[in-house]
Amino acid sequence: MSASGDSAVAFRGVGKRFDDWVFRGVDLALPAKRTSAIVGESGCGKTTLLQLVNAVLRPDEGSVEVLGGGVPDAGLEAFRRRIGYAVQGAGLFPHLTLVENVSLLARLERWEVDVVNARVGELFQLVGLTRDLDDRYPHELSGGQQHRAGLCRALMLKPDMLLLDEPFSAIDPITRVDIYGEFETLQGHERVTTVLVTHDIREARRLADYLVVMGGGGVVQAGEVDEVVSSPASDQVKRLLESGA
Amino acid sequence: MNRVVGATLAVARLRQCKVSFGRHENARAFSKRARRARRDGTSPSPTTLALIWAVVAASSAIAADEPIVVASKNFTEAYILGEALAQLLENEGFEVDRKIGLGGTKICYDALVEGDVDVYVEYTGTIAEAIKDIDGEPTREKIAAALAPDSVEMLGDFGFNNTYALAVPRQVADERGLARISDLPDHPDLRMAVSHEFLERPDGWPGLQRLYGIEEVPAGIEHALAYEALADGSIDLTDAYSTDGELKRYDLEVLADDRGFFPVYLAVPLVRVDLDARAKSVLRRVAGTLDDAEMSDLNAAAVFGGRSTESIAASYLVDKGLLGTDADADVALPQDSLVGRLSRNTGRHLFLVAAAVLPATLVAVGLALAIFKLPWFSRGAVYIAGLMQTIPSIALLALLIPLVGIGWLPAVIALFLYALLPILRNAVTALTSIEPTLRRVAVAMGLKPAEELRHVFVPLAMPSIVAGVRTATVICIGTATLAAFIGAGGLGDPIVKGLALNDTRLILEGAIPAALLAVVTELVFEQVERWLVPGHLRSSNTAAATG
Ligand SMILES: Nc1ncnc2c1ncn2[C@@H]1O[C@H](COP(=O)(O)OP(=O)(O)OP(=O)(O)O)[C@@H](O)[C@H]1O
Ligand SMILES: [Mg+2]
Repeated sequence: MSASGDSAVAFRGVGKRFDDWVFRGVDLALPAKRTSAIVGESGCGKTTLLQLVNAVLRPDEGSVEVLGGGVPDAGLEAFRRRIGYAVQGAGLFPHLTLVENVSLLARLERWEVDVVNARVGELFQLVGLTRDLDDRYPHELSGGQQHRAGLCRALMLKPDMLLLDEPFSAIDPITRVDIYGEFETLQGHERVTTVLVTHDIREARRLADYLVVMGGGGVVQAGEVDEVVSSPASDQVKRLLESGA
Repeated sequence: MNRVVGATLAVARLRQCKVSFGRHENARAFSKRARRARRDGTSPSPTTLALIWAVVAASSAIAADEPIVVASKNFTEAYILGEALAQLLENEGFEVDRKIGLGGTKICYDALVEGDVDVYVEYTGTIAEAIKDIDGEPTREKIAAALAPDSVEMLGDFGFNNTYALAVPRQVADERGLARISDLPDHPDLRMAVSHEFLERPDGWPGLQRLYGIEEVPAGIEHALAYEALADGSIDLTDAYSTDGELKRYDLEVLADDRGFFPVYLAVPLVRVDLDARAKSVLRRVAGTLDDAEMSDLNAAAVFGGRSTESIAASYLVDKGLLGTDADADVALPQDSLVGRLSRNTGRHLFLVAAAVLPATLVAVGLALAIFKLPWFSRGAVYIAGLMQTIPSIALLALLIPLVGIGWLPAVIALFLYALLPILRNAVTALTSIEPTLRRVAVAMGLKPAEELRHVFVPLAMPSIVAGVRTATVICIGTATLAAFIGAGGLGDPIVKGLALNDTRLILEGAIPAALLAVVTELVFEQVERWLVPGHLRSSNTAAATG
């Protein structure tokens, strides 16, 4: 974990509290154009950390640098549109159809209809959705289809960075393997800086280059996946790695 | 539907109150204070004064061409007399704006003082007791002096005295030689039954009993049943008003109040001092034209003869030669077809409801979004809107009169206030119950505040907003029938009039279209919902209808 020059996200002494501190003194540098996975037990602050990146939450101490700069005070919306975000549990808008959900931002950006349509087609193909689902409302889609749609929505504007909060958790193991394949194709295709939150260490090892282990109110270990696997920093990390062996 | 029926019943109940207490109410406080407060308000700047002067000058210049507003209280006799004054003025070439059946004492008198009304018929006893609180014998001079500060003038009375009376069937009176109340102590076996109210009031039976030394205590009876009881011979005496149409219909004799116990209720036209002098002199012609029996006949013609108050008023004027010297004295009655009346009343009703609900929707949704964005704002706003809802409609209407006068404006304001809460409450509930995840997604996606509202929050709250507007509209359709009490017109007009004249056909002429309107509203809103809300989010599909 060196060279903050090619890091896309840098945390410096970051702490965040709601009632109690979720974590304090987090120093992190996530590599650009690669996939970082954040793992840790439920409630350790993974989602919170992710939301500090796109400034949905603000740190109570320390600073967060994203895409080579601080989080801007003005023009937050433009900043956030450069960061695709797939929320834990898909979070599609129930009053919009699949294609309306996916294309909402592009339409607000006044993209040409043809361009929007082409991009939707491209993304659907990438994640394995078919166009006959275009006009279905979210409740008419399977959980897996909803997650894929959430992924497409996050990718729609060709963002500089992608934040994925347990995007595959609601998907059955067989389908999940398919989607891993699609995700890898996607990474090969678009090469976006990706931060992936997951419970599943196997998923992290398969999809990520860089691994962040959280727990006990902070970051336990962070480094290249191979590095962490070969020399776990604590028993806790070792147990975590073994859970997915 | 229920609400419409409820409001109609409320009108009915109110009407009954007016019938029994209308002319004898004891309200003293009135809006004197409100008016005084306005008079004593901070003194206006010179510019304001100049402006006011300009407006006053301009408006008095038009005043000559403005119609004379003739109002009346809302019971049979008042309808007839008010209509008679209106026709009399029209016959003399004045343009008249009718507000017949405008409301009770307070509403009519306040409207007169505010200048919204130019003339209406009031009773001297009511002026002395309820409006002005005059001590001792209310002489003409005392009353005139009390009215002068309000710029109100009392013209000569019609001639009859509509006060409390004791009535017995003519046959009983003849057999027993009963003619005066002072004869009563000699007939202890007389079966007496009077209305509960009369039995209790100090100026009713208790005082009468003391003055005339009557020992027997009458039974209490529902006033509406008393006449039938007299007719089938189960009682011999009851209380009545001395000009009731029933006196003639049931062939009753009024016992003379030979010791002068009952206060005098002479019917007098009250006019604004600044009313056109020629109009005043025309109105003076009615003085002394009717005695108790004649007024009773006119009332009977309306209540039992099934004649319209317009035609009764016209024949009274013709019979008494009040329509000037012209031979062609047949008054051009405003001949109004049922269809014409229906469409006019319904149109007016729709106007009142739409003029209230449309702005209420905008304001309520705006408020709801403000509350949603600024949660500290929420409790106060919902609380105040809730408070508005608890003010009884009639009270709210009455409170608005000193502020904005009578007619459609106070009605629309009141309806607006009533419409606010259901829409606001629905919208706030819907907005605050939007899933936190969706709110977070909207922020994280980088939607601007306006885009958030337009594409996420408002559409998600839309089913509830539509349901709120639908509820508000139905409430307003019902409540708007009450607006007739303050001269706003609409479908309440025939209802109020029908209740006063005991005319079921007229009541239905208002109640049926009002109920139909409510049904049509439901259908229209179903269509509106179909346009605005995708099928699976429609309230009718997700939950049983709530309101
Ligand atoms: N808005 C909030 N208000 C108060 N406490 C919060 C809020 N959001 C999160 N927390 C608390 O902060 C801690 C971290 O929450 P977070 O959602 O980041 O956990 P997580 O690691 O994503 O868990 P999971 O794996 O279950 O999604 C939890 O204890 C949670 O209860
Ligand atoms: Mg989480």
